Amino acid sequence: MVTGTRTGTGTGTGRREDAAPTALEAELRRVAGRVPDPELPVLTLEELGVLRAVHVSEAGRVQVELTPTYTGCPAIGTMSSDIERALHEHGVPEVTVVTVLAPAWSTDDISAEGRRKLAESGIAPPRPRGTDGAVPLTLSIRCPHCGSAGTELLSRFSSTACKALRRCTACGEPFDHFKEL
Amino acid sequence: MTAPWHSAALALGDDALVLSHRLGEWAGRAPVLEEEVALANIALDLLGQARILLSLVGDEDELAYLRDERSFRNLHLVEQPGGDFAHTIARQLYFSTYQRFLYERLASSDSEFTALAAKAVKEVAYHQDHAEHWTLRLGDGTAESHERMRRACEALWTFTAEMFQPVEGLDAVDFPALEERWLDSVASVLERATLTVPDGPRSRAWTAGAGRQGLHTEPFGRMLAEMQHLHRSHPGASW
Repeated sequence: MVTGTRTGTGTGTGRREDAAPTALEAELRRVAGRVPDPELPVLTLEELGVLRAVHVSEAGRVQVELTPTYTGCPAIGTMSSDIERALHEHGVPEVTVVTVLAPAWSTDDISAEGRRKLAESGIAPPRPRGTDGAVPLTLSIRCPHCGSAGTELLSRFSSTACKALRRCTACGEPFDHFKEL
Repeated sequence: MTAPWHSAALALGDDALVLSHRLGEWAGRAPVLEEEVALANIALDLLGQARILLSLVGDEDELAYLRDERSFRNLHLVEQPGGDFAHTIARQLYFSTYQRFLYERLASSDSEFTALAAKAVKEVAYHQDHAEHWTLRLGDGTAESHERMRRACEALWTFTAEMFQPVEGLDAVDFPALEERWLDSVASVLERATLTVPDGPRSRAWTAGAGRQGLHTEPFGRMLAEMQHLHRSHPGASW
């Protein structure tokens, strides 16, 4: 369980939240944000919406704030080390990646470009959640292969906790659906 | 380890850890592949909760793998063996409904648990949804599935009062109100599943609240032996 990250248990780690990012912080954020998600490599961490902030202290130390998609997301350790590597390669000697829980990540944090890429790779993107409603949503989920709205649920949990398994009743293809969270 | 919320972190963390392990026991044995994956994913969510909660108190690995039975603070409900699939679903229905309502409450009050509860409650809503659908499918299914679901709901009913014993450090939670809400919700699911609410006692004299005090039922020791064996035999093992 050694991931090289510390877990922020609340809002405590979000220092300098009001300060606008400096040019260097914005640049490092672009570098960290380009790192692909280990489980959905078509998406970058920025598109997935899990990169919260990059802070550079006066001493030049870099701290990256990352939020997990799911509480038990096993990819968070890989994400952290991938970010560290990308920033090292960019010339940053010392990087700390901290995990923050609040505010909780939501599928609404996935960017429009991220949703487009998901659909393009055969994963039906999550529908907008909007308010904190109950889980069951009845809007139709379109087949990412043929576009039909006639799809059925096979299993509420698929290859990862964040996806459900569905099948298209028109073209017959099974596909993953990124569940709304 | 003296702050009251430490006790609460252990209680909630142990519930999540122990149920996660019990659900993990289905790996390789579930009725269908999709269901095996679903139970493993639910187990993973619970393990994520357990890691955060136990890390509030100390080293997560030491707490999970090096504590003896009497130091665990989990409910008796979560430590019971999986039984048949209906037993696992009945437990998921009872526990996920409880956890959802409890975390909803914790998410809206200011404590050490607010951030975790706000995050986990969204995942737990899917656990409850999963349990509800299976309860309906089995209860309102064949004569065989109905009978098994009925037996499972009755067998685990005796462990359900313990969930609503007040937990030290969770002062913001009105447990009697939580219990009332839980009863309404579970009764409504059982009714839709053509099942009846069990009429047996919801606790026994020697079980109510005992898990929170470290007194456990017999199967728990065997479960711990299996769960802790690798770490105890090969300290610091990794792969």
